[in-house]
Amino acid sequence: MTTLKASLKTIKRNYWPLIKSLQTALLLITGLAGFMSARCPVLNPGILLSLSGSLFLAISGSTVLNMWYDRDIDARMKRTCQRPLPSGQLAPSKALALGLGMSALGVGWAFMMMPLYGLVIFAGLFFDVVIYTMWLKRRTAWGIVWGGISGGMPVLAGRVLGLGYIDWVGMALCLSVLFWIPTHILTFSMRYFDDYKNAGVPTFPSTYGFGTTRKVIAVSSLIAAIAIAIGAVGFGMAVGYLRVIAVLSVGLFLLAVGSVWKPSERVNFGLFKYASLYMLGAMLLMALDGM
Amino acid sequence: MKKIGIADRLLLLGTGVLAAYQVAVGIEGLELLPIICYTVGFGALLVSGLLLMILGFEILGSPITVIVSTLIPLSLSLGLIVEYLPRFTGIYLVFSVAGFLIVAISRYTLHGKGAAMVLAPIHGIAGLLLFGLPIWLVLQGSLASGFVMVGIGGALMGVGGLLLSFLKAGRPILSQTAILSVLPALFFLTTTAFIYGFAQV
Repeated sequence: MTTLKASLKTIKRNYWPLIKSLQTALLLITGLAGFMSARCPVLNPGILLSLSGSLFLAISGSTVLNMWYDRDIDARMKRTCQRPLPSGQLAPSKALALGLGMSALGVGWAFMMMPLYGLVIFAGLFFDVVIYTMWLKRRTAWGIVWGGISGGMPVLAGRVLGLGYIDWVGMALCLSVLFWIPTHILTFSMRYFDDYKNAGVPTFPSTYGFGTTRKVIAVSSLIAAIAIAIGAVGFGMAVGYLRVIAVLSVGLFLLAVGSVWKPSERVNFGLFKYASLYMLGAMLLMALDGM
Repeated sequence: MKKIGIADRLLLLGTGVLAAYQVAVGIEGLELLPIICYTVGFGALLVSGLLLMILGFEILGSPITVIVSTLIPLSLSLGLIVEYLPRFTGIYLVFSVAGFLIVAISRYTLHGKGAAMVLAPIHGIAGLLLFGLPIWLVLQGSLASGFVMVGIGGALMGVGGLLLSFLKAGRPILSQTAILSVLPALFFLTTTAFIYGFAQV
């Protein structure tokens, strides 16, 4: 019993932070929402379990691989230096094995369910780990575009699993996540500007300045809201739910414009938090509508 | 200033969820104009509840807060007028739009008493309508007695508005801590009363 308790404690301390549970949960919800938007018989426990399991493993696996690859950057940043890898609590080889194992299991499971679904999941993992993290993140601030594309893959994958093919609605939903990512990541990179600078990671604020970054956030928030509305109308979302999405979108856009007009750390942080709630709310509405 | 606590956040989240429910489901089947009015009103409640939850009580000092808090009674009372006193729709629509713009502009051009003098009559008329019209309609026998809850919601909103106005004017009725302690609950109760009342129609 004591050994089990100790093992659970170790997992919680050393392994749980590697998967960024909140981010993984949000992406998982986008995948479930994408599936439910296809209006297939959604309350099938077997499919829902497989969808959730494969997505969880693939998303968590790619996050662990990011953590493993970026451990030198994390060690130079005040916000992240206490994470299990840079702080030396966990050996890099263990994290690598875990990341590869989870990724392989997730992608393999997805391919067994449906090859096209597996391909979309694999694309998301490849864009995130190889293109974004290994290739572009340390070279250009524009690397986040690929981070955004990979972030849009779960919602597309979910819809593909429901339909059996890729359609324009799935692409619109994928685009909505892609354009939501800058609101999320760029507000974050402004908040931790010094950290990223010390670590030598190029970001929009360090490359183009805070003013331009805020304008980019405002424009991308607007595009994200439009894309989500197009996608929602495209799959026939109930008018009442569309009204809620419209209200939330107006809030997001006004907050983004507010951060350009009267910039402050508080508004910036508010925008970061609101953007997460916005995406969560929009995806929950999509899921509810599909039930 | 009092820090926002977990219970406060939960109440504000509840307010947001209730307002979202009303926008999504509660106003189905109405004509276009009332739907727009109630969407704006409950939408403002939803977004302001979320922002208060995220940013804490400090945002109450922002001019935007006053502007948004004007939007709520104006749009909800306009919805009531359109539905139940349609012959006054035109004039009240003009009053609402003009009133909102005047409050928005005055928040950035006037200070102190000037801004308060602009705000008071506009807020006052919208608040009195929101409080009185549902009660009058129920007394007339035009609507079910439960609709009186909309008026009670209006009254609760008025209490919140008064507490904050006096606090801002430097003559608080209660201490700042006491006001901020009851505000999330007041917000939640106001929204609940509105939703219950509208569901009786």
